[in-house]
Amino acid sequence: MVDSIFVGLSIITVGSAILSLESRELLYGGIALAISMLGIAGYFIILDAPFVAMFQIAVYVGAVAVLIIFTVMLVRAPNTVTKKETRKRKITGILLGLAFLLLAGSILGSSAVTQLKFNEDAPVFDVQEIGKGLLTYYSPVLIVLALTLASAVIGALALARREDIEERNEPTN
Amino acid sequence: MNQPTDFLYIAVILVSIGIYGLVVKRNALRLIFSIELIANAVNLALIAFSRMLPSPEGQIFVLFSIAISAAEVAVGLGIIIVAYRFYKDIDITEYQNLKN
Repeated sequence: MVDSIFVGLSIITVGSAILSLESRELLYGGIALAISMLGIAGYFIILDAPFVAMFQIAVYVGAVAVLIIFTVMLVRAPNTVTKKETRKRKITGILLGLAFLLLAGSILGSSAVTQLKFNEDAPVFDVQEIGKGLLTYYSPVLIVLALTLASAVIGALALARREDIEERNEPTN
Repeated sequence: MNQPTDFLYIAVILVSIGIYGLVVKRNALRLIFSIELIANAVNLALIAFSRMLPSPEGQIFVLFSIAISAAEVAVGLGIIIVAYRFYKDIDITEYQNLKN
């Protein structure tokens, strides 16, 4: 049924996803999240999407994980296991997660999706085809996406700006 | 050889881990971790269906989705830094004044 690479990737991805939420140190949690993203990139390679896998590694492992780790160092949270995280809340969370898992899993297991098979002799899409799609039919979406990214980054910079420090530095200039 | 269902099961497991984190954790950074896990699970399901159909559209959608979640993380971390400056804590139960 499933091959050994898939099983190994599943253990890495799911294990480090749990570790990213449950590790005591927030910094280790960020690193575990990056490993989980790498596991997802491995799935993309199995699924014949190497370009998306490269994009995933560049954006998630290269940018998002580093941004998260820098934020962890910047805020220096003293205690990661807080007292607000009560036992009652934890039991509720585990029950809710399990309920969703059982519900979606049983729906998936009894649906017609299980009859679907991967087409073995399907053509593998190369970068050329994706690029053609991005630049012809989806080009307005690409432009809007670029504006969204730019405004999000400018907004984040404007949010994190410190006005008091700038006022203090002005007379020296 | 793997079937599409295997990848969908992994996506469902990742989404339920993300739901658990969103409900239990009160640390603002852990909430961002959970949101990222859910976003990645959706990307995995999209790529699996794109391989099955087979159609390159799914891969294009995933590229857009990854870019949008990168923007979302940038804004979220900016908000966390500002909130830490006000409250000296990243526990979201401390952020009572944001309600008013």
